[in-house]
Amino acid sequence: MTFEMPNILPAVPEIFVFSMACVILIVDLFLSERRRIVSYLLAQATLIGAAILTFKLMVSEPVFTFSNMFVADRLADVLKLAIYAVTASVFVYSRDYLRTRGMYRGEYFVLGLFGVVGMMIIVSAGHFLTLYLGLELLALSLYAMVAFQRDSSQATEAAMKYFVLGAMASGMLLYGMSILYGVTGNLEIAAVRRALAGMDADNVMLIFGLVFVIVGIAFKLGAVPFHMWVPDVYHGAPTSVTLYIGTAPKLAAFALVIRLLIGGLENLAASWQDILVILAVLSMGVGNVIAIAQDNIKRMLAYSSISHMGFFLLGILSATPNGYSSAMFYVLIYAVMSLGSFGMIILLSRSGFEAERLEDFKGLNQRSPWYALLMLILMFSMAGVPPTVGFYAKLLVIQAVIGVGMVPLAIVAVLFAVIGAYYYLRIIKLMYFDEAEDKTPIVAGGDVRLLMGVNVMLLLAIMPWIGVIIDLCSQAIKQLS
Amino acid sequence: MFGLSMKTIYLLIPLSPLAGAIIAGLFGWKIGKVGAHVVTILGVTVSFVLSAFVVLPDVLAGHVFNGPVYTWGVSGNIPMEIGFLIDPLSALMMTVVSFVSLMVHIYTIGYMRDDPGYQRFFSYIALFTFSMLILVMSNNFLQLFFGWEAVGVMSYLLIGFWFTRESAIVANLKAFLVNRIGDFGFILGIAAIYYYFGTLDYGAVFAMAPQFTDKVVQVFPGLDWNVLTLIAILLFVGAMGKSAQVPLHVWLPDSMEGPTPISALIHAATMVTAGVFMVARMSPLYELSETALSVVIVIGAVTAISMALLGIVQNDIKRVVAYSTLSQLGYMMVALGASAYAAGIFHLMTHAFFKALLFLAAGSVIIALHHEQDMRKMGGLKKYMPITFITAWIGALALAGIPPFAGFFSKDMIIEAVHLSQVPGSGFAYIAVLSGVFVTALYTFRMLFLTFEGKPRMDEHALRHVKESPWVVTVPLILLAIPSFIIGALMVEPLLFENYFGDSIKVLAAHDVVAQLGRQYEGLWSFVSHALVSAPFLLAVGGIFTAWLLYIRYPHLPDLISKRTRMVYTILVNKYFADEFNNFVFAGGTRIFGRWLWKIGDVKLIDGLAVNGTARVIGWISAVIRHVQSGYVYHYAFAMILGLFLLITFFLHG
Repeated sequence: MTFEMPNILPAVPEIFVFSMACVILIVDLFLSERRRIVSYLLAQATLIGAAILTFKLMVSEPVFTFSNMFVADRLADVLKLAIYAVTASVFVYSRDYLRTRGMYRGEYFVLGLFGVVGMMIIVSAGHFLTLYLGLELLALSLYAMVAFQRDSSQATEAAMKYFVLGAMASGMLLYGMSILYGVTGNLEIAAVRRALAGMDADNVMLIFGLVFVIVGIAFKLGAVPFHMWVPDVYHGAPTSVTLYIGTAPKLAAFALVIRLLIGGLENLAASWQDILVILAVLSMGVGNVIAIAQDNIKRMLAYSSISHMGFFLLGILSATPNGYSSAMFYVLIYAVMSLGSFGMIILLSRSGFEAERLEDFKGLNQRSPWYALLMLILMFSMAGVPPTVGFYAKLLVIQAVIGVGMVPLAIVAVLFAVIGAYYYLRIIKLMYFDEAEDKTPIVAGGDVRLLMGVNVMLLLAIMPWIGVIIDLCSQAIKQLS
Repeated sequence: MFGLSMKTIYLLIPLSPLAGAIIAGLFGWKIGKVGAHVVTILGVTVSFVLSAFVVLPDVLAGHVFNGPVYTWGVSGNIPMEIGFLIDPLSALMMTVVSFVSLMVHIYTIGYMRDDPGYQRFFSYIALFTFSMLILVMSNNFLQLFFGWEAVGVMSYLLIGFWFTRESAIVANLKAFLVNRIGDFGFILGIAAIYYYFGTLDYGAVFAMAPQFTDKVVQVFPGLDWNVLTLIAILLFVGAMGKSAQVPLHVWLPDSMEGPTPISALIHAATMVTAGVFMVARMSPLYELSETALSVVIVIGAVTAISMALLGIVQNDIKRVVAYSTLSQLGYMMVALGASAYAAGIFHLMTHAFFKALLFLAAGSVIIALHHEQDMRKMGGLKKYMPITFITAWIGALALAGIPPFAGFFSKDMIIEAVHLSQVPGSGFAYIAVLSGVFVTALYTFRMLFLTFEGKPRMDEHALRHVKESPWVVTVPLILLAIPSFIIGALMVEPLLFENYFGDSIKVLAAHDVVAQLGRQYEGLWSFVSHALVSAPFLLAVGGIFTAWLLYIRYPHLPDLISKRTRMVYTILVNKYFADEFNNFVFAGGTRIFGRWLWKIGDVKLIDGLAVNGTARVIGWISAVIRHVQSGYVYHYAFAMILGLFLLITFFLHG
C-alpha cells in the first residue's frame, strides 16, 4: 500500500482559517485588555483572507479530494463566501456589545472561527464522516459560545440544554447514518447515491435510517418538534452569540440538507418529501403562532426563525432543482434579515440594558427615525411584504411548491405567513405609534452604523439583481447531479 | 438645431416644464416668488419655442416620428415604454398647449400676486403642462393613460388650490369622483385593447384593427357586441369624463372654484379637450364602428345644446364661460361623430385661444372688482378697462361665430359637416348644433352686456377702485386676442382642405364629409360671403340682437320672462336637477349600499367573525401552547423522542 499525498489545494481555505484560529488563540494570550482589538482585527483578516482564497480557488467543475471525502464545487464556494461575509458582520456588530459587558475576550473570535471551519467542512463534505465532523466542530463551538457569559445563570442553563439535546440529536443522526451504511455498505455520499439507485425505496431499514437522519437535520434547523432548544438558547445566550447562532449556521444547515438528502438520498425523495411536509407545516404553524405570545424580542425572533425554517423546507420538499435553488435563495436572504434584526437589538442595547423586550422598541421613531425605518424594512422583509426581498424569497418557495402541484400546502404556507405578519407588524406599531418610555439617545460606533445601513438597505437595493442571485443558486444546484 | 437631435428636442419639450415644476415646487421656498415664475416660464417657453418653431415645421416637412425613447420595464410581454408619436396632430396640440400654457403662466404673475401659495401654483401649472404634453405626444396607450391620469391629478390639486375653502374641496372631490367613472371606462377600454390586440402600441393596434371588424364579444349573455364598438365606446366613456360630456359633465361648472388661470388653462383650453384629442387620435378605431360614431355624435349634440341653455341663466361670470365650454366641447364631439375629425381639432384649436381669452378677460374683471364674480354687481366697465373690454369683445365674437373671427370658421365647418353626415343621429345633431348657435350668441352677449355695458351696479367703494389690470394680465389678453381674431381665416384651408393631418387621422371614404366640404369650397371669400346669408350666421346675429334687446334696450324683460316661464326657468337654474339626481340616486344609493356592507359585511362578518374571530382564536391557541415550552430539558428531550417515534410509526405503517 502506498500513501499518496492528497490534493490539498481545494481545502486550503479550511486549513487557513483553522491555522489562523490557532494563531489568534495564542496571540490573544499575550494581549492586554486594551489591545484586544488585535484579536478582532486578526479574526476579520482571517475571514477576508479566506474569502480571497476561496475566490481564487473557485472551480467551474466539482473537484473531489481526500478520497472523495471533500468536495469543492460551486455550491460550496457560494455558501462559504456567504458564511465569511455573515460572520464578519457578526463580529462587527458584536465588538461593542462584548466590550461593554466584560466579555471582550479573544475566545469569542476564536470559537467563532472554529465554528466557521466546522461550517466550511459541512459545506464541502463529500462523506458522512466529514459531514459529521464538521457538524460536531460547529456544535461544540456553539455550546461553548452560549456559555460564554459564565456568571449568567440563564446563559449556562441555555448552554446545558443545548448541549444535552444537541448530543441526543447528534446521536440520532449518527445512528441514522450507520443504518444507511448497513444497508448500502457505503459512507461516501456519491457512493450511497449510486447504491440506492438500484434499491427498493420502500425498504424498511432505509426508511428507519432516513427518519433518524432527518431528525438530526431537523434539530439543527430547529424544525418542529425538534425545535425546543431554539427559543431557550436564543433567549439565554448573550445577544452577540444569538446573532452568531441565528445566522451563519443556518447556511451550514442548508448545506447539510443538500448534501445528505439531495446529494445522497435523493432516490428516497418520495419518502422524505412526506416527512418534510409534516415538519414544514408544524414549523410554520407552531413558529408563527407561538411567536405572537412572546414579549421578548429574542424569543420572538427565535420562533420566527422556526417558522422561516418551515418556509425554507417548502423549497426542499418540492424535490425539484428549482425548489432547491429557491430554498438556497431563501436561506441566503434569511441570513441577511436575521443578521440585521439581531444586529438591531445589539445596536439599541447598552451596558446594563439589553433592549430585548418588545416594550424597548416603543417610540423608536421618536428616538431615531433612521433606525426605526431600518427596523421597519427588516420587519417588512421578514413578514414578506413587497418590495423587500423577503417577499421574493417567500414567493419563490411557494412557487416551487405550486410547481409540483401541492397547492393546499402553498395555501397553508400563505395563511401562516399572514398570521406571522401580525407579530412583525406589532413591532412597527410599537415603534411608530407608541410613546417612547426611554429617551436615552442611541449611540453606536461608525462601523456598526454603516454596516447596519448597508445590511438593511441590501434588502431593498438588491432587487434589480435578484435574477443574478437566483441564477447563481440554480447553477450551484445544477452541479450537484 | 443647436446640434440637438430631434429625439433630444422631443424629450426637452415635456421635460423642461417638468424641471421648472420640480425646481419651483421643491425649492420654491428658497428661490422666492420671482425665482419660481422665472424657472417655470422659462421651461414652458422652451417647450413652446421648440414645438412651434422646430417640431411643427419639421413635421410639416414630412418628418413623422414614431418610436420608443426609453423602456421603463417589461411586465409579462407588455413593454412599458415612453414613446413619442410626433405627427401633424400631436405637433398642433403641442403648439396650442404650450402657447396657452405660456400665456397663462404670464397672466398668473398678476393674478396670483398676493397669494401665499404662489410658488406651489407655478409648480402645479408647469407640472400640468408636462402631463398634458406627455399625453398628446404619446405613442402608446399606457403612456396615454399616464398622461390622462396625471392631468387629472393636477386638475384635482388645482381646483382645490385654495384648500381652506369648503366649496373648493367639495368641487375637487366631485371632479375626482366623476372622472373616476370616466377613467373606469377608459381603462377597461385599454384592457380590452390589450386583450384582443396583445399590444398597446398605437401603430400596431391601428394596423390590426381592420381584421377585427367582424369579431363579436358577448358583453352580457345574449348580447353580442362588435369588439371594436365595445372598445371605442369604453374609450369614449373616458373621454366623456375628461371632456365633461353629458351625463358626466357635472364636475366642470364646479371646477370654477379653482383660480381663474386654471379655469382658462385646464378647464377650457387644454385638459378638457383631451377627450376630443383622444377620439381624433383613435380615428382608425372609431371609423370602423358606426355605432360608436353614432354614440359620440348624439352625446356631443345633447351636451352642445343642453349646456348652452344653462349658460343663459347663470349669474356668475365664470360659470357662464364654463357652461359655454361644455357646450363647445359638445360641438367638438359632434364633429368627431360626423367623422370630421379635422374640423373637430380645428375647433379645439380656435376654442383654446378664444376661450382662454374669455376666461382670462373674466379673470381680469374679477381682479378689478376684488374677486366679485356676480354679473348682477357689474356693468359699465368698458370705460374703466378698455383693453379687457376690447379683447373680451373679440373673444365673444369668436365664440358667437361671427366672421371673420376664429370661431366662425371652425363652427361653420362643424355645422356643414354634420349636415352632410350620414351617421345615425346626425339629423338630430344638426338641429342641436344649429339652434345652439343662437343660444351661444345669446348667452355670450348677455355676459358681455351685463359686464361692460349699462350702468355700474356695484357699490361706490368698489367702483372707485376699478382700474385696468397690470401689463402681465393685459399682455396675455392681447396675445390671445390675435389668434382669436385671425387664426380661423388663416388655418381653415391648410388644416381642412390641404390634407394637413395626413396619416394621423384616418377617415373611411364613405364617411369623409370633410372631403365633400372641400369639393364645395371655393376659396375663403366666397365661403365668407356665402355664410353671410346662411342659417348659422343669421342665428348668431339673431342671438346677439336678442341679447341686446333683453339686456340693454329693455332690461326689465328678462325678469318678466323668467316669471312667465317659471317651470322652464326652474329646470335651467337647477341645471336639469342633475346634481340632485346624482346626489340622491348614485351618492345616496351608494351610501345605503355602503352602510349595509359596513354594518353586515364588514363589522359583523369580516371584522367580527373573520378578522377578530381568528385573531382571538389564534391568540388563545398561542397562549395555550406556549406552555409546552416548559423550560425543562426532559420535556424537550421527550418531545424529540416522541416526534421521532411518531414519524417512524407513521412511515412504517403508512
